[in-house]
Amino acid sequence: MQSVNPEGRLATLKNDEMEPNNASSPGMTSAEQPIQPGQPVGQPNAVQSPALAMMKIVTKNIEAYFGRTRALRNVSLDIPPNRVVAIIGPSGCGKSTYLRCLNRMHEVAGGTMTGSIQLDGEPVLDLDPVILRRRVGMVFQKANPFPTMSIYENVAAGLRLNGMRNKRRTAEIVEQSLQRAALWDEVKDSLGKSGMSLSGGQQQRLCIARTLAVDPEVILMDEPASALDPISTAKIEELIYSLKDSYTIVIVTHNMQQAARVSDFTAFFYVGELIEYDLTKNIFTTPAKKQTEDYITGRFG
Amino acid sequence: MQRHFERELEGLKTNLIKMGSIVEEAVTSAMKALIDRDIILAQRILDGDERINSLEIEIDNSIVDLLALQQPVAVDLRLILAAQKINNDLERIGDHAVNIAESAIAMARLDKQDTFLELPQMAEFVETMLRNAIDGFIHRDATLAKKVFEMEDAIDELNRTTSRKVVQLLNTNEVSIEGGLDLIRVSRNLERVADLATNISEEIIFMARAEIVKHHAAEKKQ
Repeated sequence: MQSVNPEGRLATLKNDEMEPNNASSPGMTSAEQPIQPGQPVGQPNAVQSPALAMMKIVTKNIEAYFGRTRALRNVSLDIPPNRVVAIIGPSGCGKSTYLRCLNRMHEVAGGTMTGSIQLDGEPVLDLDPVILRRRVGMVFQKANPFPTMSIYENVAAGLRLNGMRNKRRTAEIVEQSLQRAALWDEVKDSLGKSGMSLSGGQQQRLCIARTLAVDPEVILMDEPASALDPISTAKIEELIYSLKDSYTIVIVTHNMQQAARVSDFTAFFYVGELIEYDLTKNIFTTPAKKQTEDYITGRFG
Repeated sequence: MQRHFERELEGLKTNLIKMGSIVEEAVTSAMKALIDRDIILAQRILDGDERINSLEIEIDNSIVDLLALQQPVAVDLRLILAAQKINNDLERIGDHAVNIAESAIAMARLDKQDTFLELPQMAEFVETMLRNAIDGFIHRDATLAKKVFEMEDAIDELNRTTSRKVVQLLNTNEVSIEGGLDLIRVSRNLERVADLATNISEEIIFMARAEIVKHHAAEKKQ
């Protein structure tokens, strides 16, 4: 299986060109600007290069199982820093399984995995899972605020679990996190209310604030807006766009249009395999694989 | 706070307005070069055409991205569809400015021209039409766009008059054949710019009111 990653697109990037969202022209992100036209994406047996070394997460030859059922087949996919990578594909294609491998949540679900996953060059299997999951946070499809806690306590919970005792500092971080999650203005006067008193969209943003409070490096989102109304979905999408300034984001979505709107890179999975991985604009305008084109045009899936 | 998509749309509009300003300036300068027999100014217009072509491609690419990645609807979709056509029309106006500049260079090398016939008046009308079209786009003003239609017949008449007068001048040897042909060429190019300004106005009306007024037949009836 070819190692597929955005190396070809990012090969000419220098460190200072990785600053996100310094678009100088409409329709182009800074991820696209230095890329040479016609440069192929994904090299067979990709050689370690300065570009690869810049990847936030490097995954190689991932095989994931539930019992004897193979859910992922030889997936190699690299996640660049401060970008949004969307994973799309039909139901059961392994999107969520792949996502959960990145912070070892796959094991919690009783799955097993082979292959290599590195976070900033460190194998994730060598990391304490608790520390890993603080660095690689996760937002789930169904918002899950802690039901017995207030809005404030929901956000502060992770801080306290990580040993934060300073009340003033805790309050600062709670406010910053709620602001970053675009929720502060809506809840600042009711922080003592239960997290469950919020609407669905607000609860999801509360969960994002909770994730942000522990200062992750990567945020994994598993269909974060699929249970939300269009207005709330738009708010979540705009939030994702603003967060990539500071975080690396991987989002699984069954909504192709959402992937097109929010992501810089898109990976198309099918029956446990990675079929194509490229700049989102390429995937949705000139996909290289017919299978990808058939999926995004609705001919199957 | 503006959404990402709205910022992208603003970027598209900004680039189109920039393109409009550049081609408007090109047409004005080309006519100035013709009247003043200014070869250097005319050459600058020829050199500047590459920038117009590059901008057209850049705008086209951003339109493809917006359509593919943002799924625009309603007024946003109309804006993007109109922008695609306006982009193409503006690039062609740039080409006509180049043609006029080429005639300016040719005529500057001939004996001094005593008359430019109706061309200065045509240029004034055309520049007004173009300015109204671009302003109509900036302000999404269908009323301003409609004013462009009012001048189209006058331009057509001036073009015909120019051709007739050139024939008379040729018959009386008051102008060389090369000079006469260039006068007709410039007149036709100005007439084409007027047509394109009219096209742009039709797109603005579509964008602002979702009305299709191609060839502004409906407006003429009114």
